[in-house]
Amino acid sequence: MIRIEHINKRFRKLQVLDNVSASFTKGQVVSLIGPNGSGKTTLIKSILGMVKPDSGKIYVDEQLVNSDHTYREKIGYMPQIGRYPDNMKIGQLFKMLQNIRNTPVEKLDKTLIEKFELEKIFEKPMRTLSGGTRQKVSAALAFLFNPAILILDEPTAGLDPLSSEILKEKILVEKKKNKLILITSHILADLDELTTHIMYMQEGKMQFFKDMEALQEETGELRLGKAIARIMKGEQFNNEWIDKMLEIKNDEKIY
Amino acid sequence: MEGEVMMKLSKYVLYDILRSKIIIAYTLFLFIVSISMFQMEENSSKAMLSLLNIVLIVLPLVSLVFTTIHYYNSYEFIELMSSQPMSRTRILLSEFGGVSISLLSAFLVGVGIPVLIFSADATGFALLFTGMCLTLVFASIAFLTSVIARDKARGIGFALLLWFYFALIYDGLVLLILFSFSDYPLEKLTLLLSALNPIDLGRIFIMLKMDVSALMGYTGALYKDFFGSGTGILFTTGIMLLWMLLPLWLAVRKFKKKDL
Repeated sequence: MIRIEHINKRFRKLQVLDNVSASFTKGQVVSLIGPNGSGKTTLIKSILGMVKPDSGKIYVDEQLVNSDHTYREKIGYMPQIGRYPDNMKIGQLFKMLQNIRNTPVEKLDKTLIEKFELEKIFEKPMRTLSGGTRQKVSAALAFLFNPAILILDEPTAGLDPLSSEILKEKILVEKKKNKLILITSHILADLDELTTHIMYMQEGKMQFFKDMEALQEETGELRLGKAIARIMKGEQFNNEWIDKMLEIKNDEKIY
Repeated sequence: MEGEVMMKLSKYVLYDILRSKIIIAYTLFLFIVSISMFQMEENSSKAMLSLLNIVLIVLPLVSLVFTTIHYYNSYEFIELMSSQPMSRTRILLSEFGGVSISLLSAFLVGVGIPVLIFSADATGFALLFTGMCLTLVFASIAFLTSVIARDKARGIGFALLLWFYFALIYDGLVLLILFSFSDYPLEKLTLLLSALNPIDLGRIFIMLKMDVSALMGYTGALYKDFFGSGTGILFTTGIMLLWMLLPLWLAVRKFKKKDL
């Protein structure tokens, strides 16, 4: 569904994406993880066409990104920091996007609007909202148009435990509908029950792309957090382990 | 369908601008100034001359600064839209549409209505035509500079610098050239130089509709010949259109490649 071929991006002196290639298909819940500044958000923004890579190609459903904008109809995006027009009221924001997307009302997915009880605050202007409420609005917007691909950048950061749980449940529901879901998060515990594949990035490079079972098997850790922590610590044992994994990866034709 | 989407977007941009009330204050300012000019001067053509200076100095300034500030304030909106199924071109053009409609309506209400009441002749219409052109030209230039400059402070600084250049410095440069080469016939050259500055072009276009052009001697007569004719009007309109479309086209081109 999404194919990324050798993309590079440089911001002045900093190489943010260094020859990244990957391929995601539907039914996968891919967790994009890596330290701060490893290029996760830039990768996501490249898929959305918000950041223009210096070289390389990205395809969404065989449609080349940056040649046409219609592919974005298939994507629901929840940004890391949702920034919205200050003067706009929440209700207006939803109405405006429905207006622009032109999706028939019966196809809209209003579950999150209802569960987060956003209708009660439809009259509030965006500038008065707290960070958490903004996150709820962002989440509700991403799921509203029932897209085949969901891209969630740090979805649970800033949400209270209850809302976080609501969002996770919703992601599980969508996962069962055979959608492609891309998540970045630092809260690895949140990803444990959702994720099917892990993509690990460091300094703009993709270190590996594995499915969950293989990762559990090879690290001997059941929890995602512990498995990844081992890699991030960079112990000798684990470095070898990464090398081994990279060899396996080539055979698996991930590129 | 695409056009329809653009209209919808422009509508939201317009709505947002009206909410900020700055445009309403601008309309009132223009209206009060215009009315008082016509009230103070006995002779309506004298009032037109004062109004001309307002149009030539204030309009470009407000157009530049307002558009620049609006662009940076709408950055979130632009970001949000760019993650939606919508082309970058449409996003920027809808922003331009919304800004120009609001600035134009402010001008047409604030200056247009008084002019139509007190001086609805050829000079009056030339003034309205020039004012509308200048509004759009400088909005278009401001879009280009805002897309290029990364932050708000630089963008506004850039806009002000351009205003100084077009409204003040350029005339000085032209005078310098005319004095230095006063031994040569320069009529054709000055014609060309006026085309390189929309404010100058507008000034000449209106002045020649007024009686004052009789005072300008040989050059004035030559200009009157040129600008008074059909080709002159076509020339002015063409150059103004170029000044509107070229910066906007460059802005769209730059915006399409920009990282948001």
